[in-house]
Order: sequence, then structure tokens, then C-alpha cells
Amino acid sequence: MASVEHSDGQGPTGGEGVRRRDFINVAAVSFAGVGAVAVVLPLIDQMNPSADVLALASTEVDLSAIQPGQAIKTTFRAQPLFVRQLTEKEIAEADKVDPSTLRDPQTLEERTVDGKKQWLITMGVCTHLGCVPLGAGEGENRGEFGGYFCPCHGSSYDTAARIRKGPAPKNLEVPEYKFTSDTAILVG
Amino acid sequence: MVRIGAFLVGLFFAGWLLISFLFGAYAYVSDPPQPTVEHEFHQAPKHVAFSFEGPFGKYDRQQLQRGFQVFKEVCSACHSLKFVAFRDLEALGYNEAEVKAIAKQWAIKTPDVDPATGEASTRDPVPADHFPKPFANNVAAAAANNNAVPPDLSLMTKARHHGSAYVYSLITGYQEQPAELLKEFPDAKTPEGLHYNPYFANLNLAMAPPLTAEGQVTYGDGTKPTVDQMAQDVAAFLTWTAEPKLENRRRAGLATIIFLLIATGLAYMAYQNIWADKKKAA
Amino acid sequence: MSFPWAEHYTPKHPLMQWVDEKLPLPRLVYNAVGAGYPVPRNLNYFWNFGVLAGLALMIQIVTGIIMAMHYGANDLVAFSTVEHTMRDVNAGWLMRYAHANGASFFFIVVYLHIFRGLFYGSYKAPREMVWLLGLVIFLLMMATAFMGYVLPWGQMSYWGAKVITGLFGAIPVVGEPIQTWLLGGFAPGNASLNRFFSLHFLLPFVIAAVIILHIWALHIPGSSNPTGVDVQGPQDTVPFHPYYTAKDGFGAGVFLILFAIMLFYAPNYLGHPDNYIEANPLSTPAHIVPEWYFWPFYAILRAFTVDFFFVPAKLLGVLAMFASILLLFFLPWLDTSPVRSGNYRPTFKKFFWILILDVLVLGYCGGAPAEEPYVMISQVFAGYYFAHFLIILPLISRFEKPLPLPGSITESVLSRHNIQGEQEAVPGMGADPQPSNAG
Repeated sequence: MASVEHSDGQGPTGGEGVRRRDFINVAAVSFAGVGAVAVVLPLIDQMNPSADVLALASTEVDLSAIQPGQAIKTTFRAQPLFVRQLTEKEIAEADKVDPSTLRDPQTLEERTVDGKKQWLITMGVCTHLGCVPLGAGEGENRGEFGGYFCPCHGSSYDTAARIRKGPAPKNLEVPEYKFTSDTAILVG
Repeated sequence: MVRIGAFLVGLFFAGWLLISFLFGAYAYVSDPPQPTVEHEFHQAPKHVAFSFEGPFGKYDRQQLQRGFQVFKEVCSACHSLKFVAFRDLEALGYNEAEVKAIAKQWAIKTPDVDPATGEASTRDPVPADHFPKPFANNVAAAAANNNAVPPDLSLMTKARHHGSAYVYSLITGYQEQPAELLKEFPDAKTPEGLHYNPYFANLNLAMAPPLTAEGQVTYGDGTKPTVDQMAQDVAAFLTWTAEPKLENRRRAGLATIIFLLIATGLAYMAYQNIWADKKKAA
Repeated sequence: MSFPWAEHYTPKHPLMQWVDEKLPLPRLVYNAVGAGYPVPRNLNYFWNFGVLAGLALMIQIVTGIIMAMHYGANDLVAFSTVEHTMRDVNAGWLMRYAHANGASFFFIVVYLHIFRGLFYGSYKAPREMVWLLGLVIFLLMMATAFMGYVLPWGQMSYWGAKVITGLFGAIPVVGEPIQTWLLGGFAPGNASLNRFFSLHFLLPFVIAAVIILHIWALHIPGSSNPTGVDVQGPQDTVPFHPYYTAKDGFGAGVFLILFAIMLFYAPNYLGHPDNYIEANPLSTPAHIVPEWYFWPFYAILRAFTVDFFFVPAKLLGVLAMFASILLLFFLPWLDTSPVRSGNYRPTFKKFFWILILDVLVLGYCGGAPAEEPYVMISQVFAGYYFAHFLIILPLISRFEKPLPLPGSITESVLSRHNIQGEQEAVPGMGADPQPSNAG
């Protein structure tokens, strides 16, 4: 900055003075820079989910009213959640498939909790572009593999909600959940 | 031209204000304004030493819990606390399970819709819910409370001057109407159904004294539940409901100000430094 | 730009050369607030407030945009969305308090900026346009601040909106239709809230645009200075950067410290408790007062208590309140003294300090309840306010005998610093090497 040409003999010795004065200017500007960055942090953080949104980040679901073969649609983190009790036949159909032939290889065991193989809990969000697949509601089209069918671009999921046909790249996502009792789960 | 116009406008405004002043002054002298009963008998809040006062003050968690207990057992029957959620109570030192239990056992239920019939129903509150209101709407609240709607308490201590001391003073300030008041203002007798309180803006309020006897609540921490203690505790609790981020704010402020002092000191040195040659030449 | 000795922009880095050829934006900045703008060397700290006002506007725009991300402009939810911001949004309380107190600090800084201009005659030729544009900014700020205060939809918001729009109702014949049109209803409601939100979002950017014009107009004659004497040569000026950027950096630090003290330790001190009560059209607060920065004008409004023949007092008050601001537009032609700086105008200086006292008293009365003796005091002091600008100032400028002016800016600086003989006087100053960016 401006100090160089005018630093004759200000510090203890001339040369030291130059460096000390430049150092102060650099330090002042750097300090202001650090301050500006520190201010930006809350400005960014305010766009993260607020406390009330986070408070709804887990959902309890009562399973007692769901009969085998039935499914319900509920919400988890403001998105649809499919909870389905599979029939013996549906479980058998899912187990029949060799996972290595699948686009996203997974067995039904891997997608359900140990000993609760009949409870298939998945997000109701097509892994292609995020539409809500049909099949959870009474009488809805379940597609040719008897699971879920996405009407947007024709992705078909089987009875383990695995992608079998259509453009979707992945199986329907299984969220984190645990059984809090025999008839209730806590998702999230 | 501008100056002549300005002179006339100025003369008009200044002159008419002077005339208005003379009118006013004459009226003031000939018919001095009568003192009102509020002017003479309204009192500023009492002084209370709260733990959260001063730039480094903090909430006393034990006191907030006691205050919450007073709110729960006394105030919440009539007053809502609609901007506060049960989950916020974790800041008082309750853990997640305790908050869940408090919500579940709350006497007033959260309005909901029956998922089977679609009709209005109620359910137990969960931590994510705000405190349910004791009355469905203002009409119901007024009908149940002698035509006075009990105000929401979430922001009460910020909605009054010296709010924390105000809440304490109001609760402990009920008294007989002073004899000299009735002597001076015979028409100002407290109407039937209202209660005299010199800390209330117009001296008579609809709320009956909420805390009347020692031991009205039983504190778990062994603090003696005198009326004074309960009033202080609930005032502290309502200060927290109005300003839950008080401690974060002061902590952030301290760091910010220390940083700014150093930065400004450096900026001053840089400023002197840059101007050194100009000052010397001058 | 303004002076022939202003440094010319010569980009060193090839990238900057390339940019400067295609779009001379770096050159514009360099000439506006860089080394290319020569500024009188003798500016005192009162010249910091222009830059600080710009900083305050930036704070308002940034925090305001963030507030808008969490706000719902609907009368049913406005109050609770603000509370939601305060309680649940990450750092929401910080944004909200910064925005509310930022408005106050913006006005503090702008008032100091205006009074600096009044004292040092910054409104005089050749800087009339700078002054007029500044007043436009001030009016826009007042409109923005008023509408912003309505948005939280508390009791003061609601009743402030009702009272201020009610002022227009004082206008004969067309007043009531105008009031209804402003509100989009017969009382403040959802329609009013939405339009106020929209305009409150828009106006700060209009202000920013007028600030650009304000600075542009300033750069034609260059900055004024505490002596009011014109710049005569290079020895009188220093480049804006680094000299005044450094000084403004220090000023900004002091400003931010004071702002932080208020924001973190007394964030509600300047606000009114009633605005923490949700708007209730059925119950009026005991005293309706605007924010502190409107108090002097509010006192003038309430000072008119007597009808003037067929003109009702209410209308007079409204006219006087608007006149008290509009008269400032005529100031360059009311004060005809050729001397700019109040330092060399002994009579003007005395009346200037009386004006400061007058405005402070008016401010106090404007914040007080509308009862005696405050109304009588406002009447006297409002009377002086008009007399000062419209009668006294033109008379002073006609009859006052100013003190002798210094021969030049440099001469005044030299006499102030009482230099030793070895540093030569005026001619040597010109030979003083210009600072460069070499360091």
C-alpha cells in the first residue's frame, strides 16, 4: 500500500518499520476478511431446516389396522411413505427372483427387518424423477410385477418394491426405522 | 421569489403555531388538566433481582422448571402459550423422555381430525406440538372469563415495559383499593368482578389473584413455595418463553464485540499508518 | 473524473485489461471509490457517514432478504411467522434483531450525514443536485421504514398503519378515497399487508439506484470539505483509496461495535413493547407512537390544534409535517451566503446549534403522550423549526459578516498542524510523491 515510499525512519530502524507497517495493513484487511466469512456462516445456516421442521423428522406409524395384502400411505419428512403387509404369496413371489438378475440387486430379507419379513416399508418416491408410484391405495394399478407402478414414465416395482422394468435406476428407498412394539414403528 | 414565498409560508406556520400555543396555554392556565386516577395511583413495577439480568446474566434452569410448574398448575387453565412448543422445554433441562411425558400428560389436548371419520377430535400432544390453547377461540375465552380474554403469555414479558418485573409485580400486587383513592376519585371504585391492582395500566383487571396461598404448588426441588417465590419463578419462566435465545444472543454478542474491537484497533492502526506521510507533511 | 490530476486506471493484470476493454466496470469503480477519485485531504470524521449509510443499507438488504425467506405476508400468519423466525429458524433471531436495529442505525447515520451537510453547507452550489437526490433517498427511506414496521403485524404495526394512512384522510374531498385506495380496504388488512410487503421489498433497491445517482452527482464537483473552500490543486487532495478507504474502514469498525452492542445486549430498547402483541383491530394501544426516527415529524403533526378558519387543524398538521421535509428541497436557494462552512459563519453557527436542540426537543415531545405540556412545547419548537429554515436562514445569509476564509485547503491544514520549517509549505506539497499501489 501507500506506506513504502514514505517509511523513512518511522520504526525502530527504517527497514523494520516498512515491514511492521505493511504487516498492520495486511493484518487489518485479513481480519476484516475473516469477519466477513464469519458473518456468512449464519447467513447460510438460516436456510437449513428450522427447529420445527427437524422436530417432525421422525414419524410414528401404527400397524395394527393393516391387513395382509393391504398398504397405507402416510408421510415421512413431508414425503409419502408406503407401509405394506405382504401376503404369503407376495413374499414367495419376491423370494423366487434371483437377485443377481436385478438392476439393483437386493433380497426381500435385506429390505425388511429380521423376523418381520411381511412388513415392507418404503418411501413412496419413484427413484427415477420423484413421482409417487401407484399401488398403495385400494384398487390402484400395481403394475405387471404386483408391487408399485409409477405412472409418470412407467417404472414397475415388484412385491419387494424392487425396480423390475422402466427407467428408474434403483429400488424404492427403505428409510431407517425400528419396531417400537409388535404393531408400531418409528421411522427416522 | 423563492425567498419571498418561503418567508410567507414560514410566517404562516410559525405564526399559527404561536397562536395555537397561546390558545393552549390559556386553556392550560384557566382550566388546568385534571389529574387522572391512573396518573396518581399507577405504580411502576417493583424491582426484582433476576438471575438473567445484566449483560452476563443467565437463566436459572431450576427456577425455570419451577416457573413452568406454576404455569402448568395455575396459569395454563386460562392462558395460552401458543408460540412455545413442548420440544422447547428441553432448554429447561428436561430430557427427551421427560418432554414426551409432559406433552402426553398435558391436561389440554391438541385438536386434530379423526382419521376415520374426518370429524374434529383431540389427541395427546407430542413434543413437536405447540402448547394447546385452553379455549377454542376468543369468544369462548371471553364467555368463560367474565368477558375478558386471557392474553397469550408467550411474549408477555416483551409486550410490557420491564416485563419480567411487571409479571411479578402484577401477580403479587393485588390489594384493597386505597382509601385516599376513593376519597379523591369517588367514581373510580373498582367495578364488580374486577380486581384492584396498582401495577395494571388502568388499575382494575379481570383476572382474580392467581397465586393466593403458600404451597399452592409443591416444588420437587424443596424450594419453599411462598407466593413471592412462585411469582418470581413464573416471571422467570415467562421471560424465557418470550426470549428463549437470550443466552445464545449474549454469548454471540461477546464474541462478536471482542472480534470487532481487535479488528477496529487494527483498522485504526492501518488508517494512521496510511496517513502517516500526509500528517508528517502537514 | 472531476480533477485533471486524478489518477488514470491502468490495469496491470492481463485479465483486468481484458475485462476493462470489454466492460469498463473496474475503471468505473476505480474512479468512483478508488485511487482515481481525488478527495480533499482535510475531511473530518463527519465525512464518514456517507459510506456508513451505504453499509447500513447493505445490512438491511441482506438481513431483509433473509427475513423475507421466512416471512408470510398474510394477516393471519404474519405475526407468527416472525415469531417462528425468532424461535425456530437457525440464527433467525440474529437476522430479525439485526434488521430491526439496523433500521434505527441507518437513520442515526443518515441524520448525522444530513446535519453534516447542513452545517458545512454541502447543499450549496455546485452541489445542489447531490442535496436534492439525498433528500429523495431520505423520503424513500421513510416510506420503506414505515412499511417495514407494519410487516410484523403487531399492535403498533396495525395502528401505525391506520394512523399514517389516516393522514391522507385529512385531505379535503379526495382524502378518504385515497386512504381506502392505499389500504385496499376500509382498515388495514391483508391487502394492505401484502402491498406493503411488496413495496418494502422493492424500495431499498430504488434507494440503491438513487444512491448511485447521488454519488454520480457528487463526483462532478467532487466532495466538499470542512473549510468549504474549493479545491485548488493536487496539493489539496488525496486519492480516495487508500486514504479514505482506510479511514472509512476504521469508521465502519466503530459503527459495527455500537451496532453489535445494541443488537446483542439491548435489541428491544428502541422498539415498542406493544408490537409484541398481535394486531387487534378492536383494541387501540394507550399511546400510538411511531419509531423514534419519526418523532420530530410526529411532534410537528400533533402541534397543530387550532383550525385556521375553514382549514381543519388535522389538515394543517399534515401539511406542516410534509412541509417540514419538503422545505429542505429549497434550502440551496434559501441560504444565499457564499460561505459554505458553518465554521466561518458565527451567527449561522449559533442558530445551527439551536436547530439541533430544537429537533431533539421535538423528538422528545413526539415520543411523549399527546398531553400537556408536551403539545405546548412542540408548538413553540415546531414554530422555531419553520422560522429557522424559512425566515432566519435567508436573513442571516443576507446580513451576517463571515469570518475570513483560509486561502486554501492546504493552508488550513498547515495552520492546524503547526508544522516545522523543514517541511516546505504549499509548493513542496505538489511535489510530494503520489501514493501508489506498490506496497
